[in-house]
Amino acid sequence: MAFLDYHKSLERNATLLLGGSLFVVLIGGIVEIAPLFYLENTIEKVEGVRPYSPLELEGREIYLREGCYVCHSQMIRPMRDEVERYGHYSLAAESMYDHPFQWGSKRTGPDLARVGGRYSDAWHVQHLSDPQSVVPESIMPPYAFLKDNLLDGEQIADLMETNRIVGVPYTDDQIAQARADFNVQADPNGDYDALLERYPGAHVANSDGLPGVSEMDALVAYLQVLGTMVDFSTFTPDASR
Amino acid sequence: MTRNDKTPTVQTTGHEWDGIEELNNPLPRWWLWVFYATIVWGIWYTIAYPAWPMISGATAGYLGFSTRGDVATDIAAAEEARSGLMEKLAAVDLTQLPQDPDLQAFAVSAGASVFRANCAQCHGAGAAGNMSGGFPNLLDDDWLWGGSITDVAATVTNGVRNDSSPDARWSQMPAFGEMLEPADIDAVVNHVLAISGQEHDAALAEKGAQVFADNCTGCHGEDGHGMREVGAPNLTDAVWLYGGTPEKLKETVTYARFGIMPAWSEQFRPANGLSQAEINAVAAYVHGLGGGE
Repeated sequence: MAFLDYHKSLERNATLLLGGSLFVVLIGGIVEIAPLFYLENTIEKVEGVRPYSPLELEGREIYLREGCYVCHSQMIRPMRDEVERYGHYSLAAESMYDHPFQWGSKRTGPDLARVGGRYSDAWHVQHLSDPQSVVPESIMPPYAFLKDNLLDGEQIADLMETNRIVGVPYTDDQIAQARADFNVQADPNGDYDALLERYPGAHVANSDGLPGVSEMDALVAYLQVLGTMVDFSTFTPDASR
Repeated sequence: MTRNDKTPTVQTTGHEWDGIEELNNPLPRWWLWVFYATIVWGIWYTIAYPAWPMISGATAGYLGFSTRGDVATDIAAAEEARSGLMEKLAAVDLTQLPQDPDLQAFAVSAGASVFRANCAQCHGAGAAGNMSGGFPNLLDDDWLWGGSITDVAATVTNGVRNDSSPDARWSQMPAFGEMLEPADIDAVVNHVLAISGQEHDAALAEKGAQVFADNCTGCHGEDGHGMREVGAPNLTDAVWLYGGTPEKLKETVTYARFGIMPAWSEQFRPANGLSQAEINAVAAYVHGLGGGE
């Protein structure tokens, strides 16, 4: 039992005990977490997922600022009821450029992972301005003020560079054109071909119908792209995951 | 300090603090066996379910469990429980649906759930529409693009004025604020008030009849009854898309309207669209709400 006697010194030395505990917990952490970074069946390659366009990224910031995630999740779990209501279950890759991701754990309102394309811009503006006017039973608060807050996109390039630091692959070209892309996405009369080349499938619209780029335009641009990047007519997820 | 006389035979651990000794009682048997059982269960669990990380993948587990496989099984089981009705519904010729009362009953109730999950946000839980955003009432017989069951199914499939379906129903009303004088707009608004049987200024309405004939008849028809080919509403009835008050009419004429409905077929929105069976079901439901032709 001489080996077990070493335990006595561990028990009687607080610093040693703390160090030993950390070591044991570390083993557990490495065994459970580290393999997720290299196992092939936890890293699914998915085509179509791209970084957010500048206006979408700004809309996402507004989504975070207003705490939309407190009531809305963005994660369709692989369960029949969720798939039938919201659409194809979410893939991990679909939130690979989200920092932080918006999966959430609480649904006071419906899941928004695939809200993109489900409703018209006019509906979103009407609903955000006065939710009860379209969904009488809703308890969502109104966000009509988003239409009044105009954005100049001055800091959007900085925001994209910050995202690049944490791993979003924005190119130098995308960052250089950030402000132009930001403005043109809210201007359907503008020349947005270059924007669509840099960000395929971006939703170009002046949603609120008012001059200038408002927070409403940005938020709707973000909502309209959610869950639309992966083309499920050509991509079939591996069923064994 | 004396020891408790009731436990004289129990050994101590040798630990002693200020004369208080720690007894070395064995763990209760039941506790020990539960502990051993959890270890055995834990090992079995890692063998039965995906668990151990290997070089390129994790062990799959002999039960072959996967969450994605699970949902696929669930969906297949639900389809099985419907005894193939969804498949039948996907292939049915909608005009022949009434010949098969069982399938029709199934379509209408399935369509009701599709409607509540996907359509109610705009058209309202009771399908009565919503004037705040120009979302049409589906309970009446006033159809913009046609009210036969195949028309309804086509509208659901392709939507209205969207970019996703090449067959989306399409038309665009010009903003007359840029083309007409304010006085002419007031006049034509009064003409519309007149033909819809509302209170109006007779002199202005008379003047407005000419403005209407020059600008509006192309789509709304000479008598204002509308035209389904271009989704132009009937202006002579009491059913309004955005409102029939003088203020709302003036707003509509001045700025025009451009109501958009997304294309709902999964061929245009693979991630969250509706299958052919679901489209047929919701068409049967909407067609049966009262106004179907």
